[in-house]
Amino acid sequence: MSDKILSKTEIGSFLDKIKADYQIHAPVQKDLELVWAPIDQAEELVWEFSNTDLSPKSYFFPQTESLMHFKNNSQDPEGLIMKEESPLEKPRALLNIRPCDAKAFQVLDKVFCRDEKSLDVYWKDKRDKTLLIGLACNNPCPTCFCTSMNCGPHHEEGLDILLTDLGDRLLVHSVTDKGQALTANLSKAGQEDINEASRNKEQAEASITSQVKMDNINSRNVLELYEHPVWDQVHESCINCGTCTYFCPTCHCFDIQDETQGDFGRRVRNWDTCMSWLFTHHTSGHNPRGTKKDRVRQRFMHKFKYMPIKLEGAVGCVGCGRCTRKCPVNIDVREVVSSMNS
Amino acid sequence: MPTTNEQIRTTAKKLLEEKTVDCVIGYKKGTVPMREQPFFAYTPEQADELIWSGFCTNNLANFLIGRKDKVAVIAQGCVSRNIVGLIQEKQIRRDQVYIIGLHSPGMLDHWKIQARFPNKRIDQVVEEDDQILVKGPGLEEQVPRKDVRRDNCLTCVQRNPVIYDQLIGEPGQETGGGNIDKVAAPWEQLSSDERWQKFEQSFKDCIRCYACRDACPLCYCNECFVDESHPQWCGKTQEEADVFTFHILRAFHCAGRCTDCGACESACPVGIKMRRLTSKIEKDIRDMYGYQAGMDMEATPPLSVYQPNDPEDFMLK
Repeated sequence: MSDKILSKTEIGSFLDKIKADYQIHAPVQKDLELVWAPIDQAEELVWEFSNTDLSPKSYFFPQTESLMHFKNNSQDPEGLIMKEESPLEKPRALLNIRPCDAKAFQVLDKVFCRDEKSLDVYWKDKRDKTLLIGLACNNPCPTCFCTSMNCGPHHEEGLDILLTDLGDRLLVHSVTDKGQALTANLSKAGQEDINEASRNKEQAEASITSQVKMDNINSRNVLELYEHPVWDQVHESCINCGTCTYFCPTCHCFDIQDETQGDFGRRVRNWDTCMSWLFTHHTSGHNPRGTKKDRVRQRFMHKFKYMPIKLEGAVGCVGCGRCTRKCPVNIDVREVVSSMNS
Repeated sequence: MPTTNEQIRTTAKKLLEEKTVDCVIGYKKGTVPMREQPFFAYTPEQADELIWSGFCTNNLANFLIGRKDKVAVIAQGCVSRNIVGLIQEKQIRRDQVYIIGLHSPGMLDHWKIQARFPNKRIDQVVEEDDQILVKGPGLEEQVPRKDVRRDNCLTCVQRNPVIYDQLIGEPGQETGGGNIDKVAAPWEQLSSDERWQKFEQSFKDCIRCYACRDACPLCYCNECFVDESHPQWCGKTQEEADVFTFHILRAFHCAGRCTDCGACESACPVGIKMRRLTSKIEKDIRDMYGYQAGMDMEATPPLSVYQPNDPEDFMLK
């Protein structure tokens, strides 16, 4: 697919074209934070940013999501019968999503859409109706290590379109047919623009100095890693809050509850966190992950050992660095993985 | 004169070498700017990693709970007050903890520093006496330390440790310079509706990670009320009722115990000011009972006893 060029002054009309079929959401500045929000005008877009504080995973996997609802009245003939929730009404476009976040959703597709018989319809509905227009990272953060996690600052996988910021204009690279259709009318990029974008890519990749190796993690068996002495030390400073899991674009565990209020009832799922003792607490009172060490070990083993084993090598991490930036006690995923690999 | 870091390391090494303690709890240099890591030194070699800076914003008393060994802990005013609280509440024994006390310089607020440089990346902050030097790509600027201190450090009333086994450095000025009564309850004068509005606005971004609770040395319940499932007191959703229930109840559970150490706000990944609730309660306890948590080991925490002359003006009749 040929690359196109889009002047930043003409973004408005490009947005209009997208708006015909999609509601556009993008990272915008809100006080001190960069957050995902619906946008209408090109002026609202931010071009200089590292990444949003929270990942956009809640577009597909909201922190609280009603799965079905019912009339909470056993006397009513319609009572206590679960009713479907309506699917996403208008398709969405996530504009200026970072390549790492798009890659994260591909990893999660392997979890939520493992096979046709066990599709997570809630995830799939929103995934199918969402267009991902990525913005390549020209200036990765010091905490980024995407290049060690099957990803990169200009990575295309999972995106429909990849934009590369060239200052006053964007190089527009279509990855899928959907992307191609939207960019068909844009002018063709010159060789000079294409070259500049690939120089940006090289520079961005070179600027990522954090390298995390996983070769020993991959070759060691599960029990060997499970008994690794690193766990005796890593968990000590952890306070077992859920910050890392909630900020992570690939953490996807949830808890399902039935709620009723008066005549209304619903089945609702909420993000859950393996850092909490409650996560594995059995009705019997037994807890297979009863200590802080067990829980900290679980999170890293799940991402870097269990997921690759179960999901054809897919790692449960894209190197976005959010957990490291947000952890209240500075547990650094790069250090933990390096220790696991040592 | 040796630096504070050197004095901490020398002290820790000696305690470990002489086997006075099994472990020294302090901080080591963080891997990201404006955040240090709580650190557990078991050997004299590990003690060399200990540091002290304005970004030591956890409350190390939190890490004493449940320990079976003899530990030393680095404690400034508020942390020492929480140690007193934990001893009063029988969570730790005095003879189990060796307190390495030191005067708090007033800790720094990473949100306030970031607010000075909107949308700029900060790679390093160097502390220089009354100033801090903030560095990043295309950024190198000095900021007066007093302008970016945490709110609670500004209104601190006890910067020197209330108890200690050994003091590092000299005792310093006791207060942070701010008037706690002026700022403790910013919503006090508002109407009930306005207050609710402020409250909603302040807490709406909560993602219920519970970092505030988990960073707090008061929150050591085996089973927190939000985790109880039989009965389940609090819903699990992001609905306002569930989120607000958590914050209001947690604040009340801290009444008469909170030392205003600010660890909750420093831990919060979305910048919620939960002290808007707890500092008002701290003020009420001071006004009504003349009590400040953790100042005196012999004092009786007011909410743990009944006195016939307890104030009851706040009760609805």
